[in-house]
Amino acid sequence: MSLTNFIPQGNLFSTLSAVEVGAHLYWQIGDFRLHGQVLIVSWFVLFVICAFTLITTAQLETFPFQSRQNLAEYVFEFIQDLTKTQIEEDYEEWVGFIGAVFLFVFVSNWSGALLPWKVIELPEGELGAPTNDINTTAALALLTSICYFYAGLKKKGLSYFGRYLEPTPILLPINILEDFTKPLSLSFRLFGNILADELVVGVLVLLVPLVVPIPMMILGLFTSAIQALVFATLAGVYIGESLEGH
Amino acid sequence: MSQLVSAASVLSAGLAVGIGAVGSGVGQGNAASRAVEGIARQPEAEGKIRGTLILSFAFMESLTIYGLVVALALLFANPFVS
Repeated sequence: MSLTNFIPQGNLFSTLSAVEVGAHLYWQIGDFRLHGQVLIVSWFVLFVICAFTLITTAQLETFPFQSRQNLAEYVFEFIQDLTKTQIEEDYEEWVGFIGAVFLFVFVSNWSGALLPWKVIELPEGELGAPTNDINTTAALALLTSICYFYAGLKKKGLSYFGRYLEPTPILLPINILEDFTKPLSLSFRLFGNILADELVVGVLVLLVPLVVPIPMMILGLFTSAIQALVFATLAGVYIGESLEGH
Repeated sequence: MSQLVSAASVLSAGLAVGIGAVGSGVGQGNAASRAVEGIARQPEAEGKIRGTLILSFAFMESLTIYGLVVALALLFANPFVS
């Protein structure tokens, strides 16, 4: 069952933007079936981030007159600030992780919204933001889980698990359940927001192809940026939570 | 049988988003009205209030998005339609 069944075919604009959900470019590697279009765009995003970092930090100066080093410093200070407000003590260790998550999510959201991927034809599926695939967001959310467990265990040892009995032992099941709902809500929030944006824009383009979808696209850009911020903030909150001492 | 399942899925996909939107709509309205009150009392704190408001909007909105994810799963990846 796909949405394209409900939309009359042969319309000029339906060839411009078909609403496709659940169509993937499958790559078979061993026993695994990979979603190829997600990997292609992820590699592109990684390439963009690496290129940005290499270009902006090629010639470091104490008093930067070049705007590109200023830009890199602005981005770094933004991420450092974000981490510092969530993780009070020993935050330097986590700037790398939070920054990597933030930049990856941000660049992939905006690359899905800004770049005309439709120009590149695929045999099946279409290129888009890597974060509109639940596997990407689930991987990011699970990484966050691993990180906050690692942070807590490294700092407190096995007494880290004492926090399951706080504030009272009656809340033990809820505290355990929380460890499962955290990655679930993280991944669903990001996935749902990005997919919803793309679907809304796609449906609007099908109905009224000119002008009308533009406000929705701008709103989508805004929401994508906010969702990247929210993801990074929440990762910081979870790590900070497991680090705070009692 | 599968037609009944399809009809029920489409109906419940609509309900999942529609009913889910009620709660977060009320919540966002409350938050926005309080933020406006706060800005009216302390106009110099506008930037901080706006930042917090947008961040909490994202959280409230994500509750509706959960409903949307369920709706999308029912429409496009329904486990009960073979």
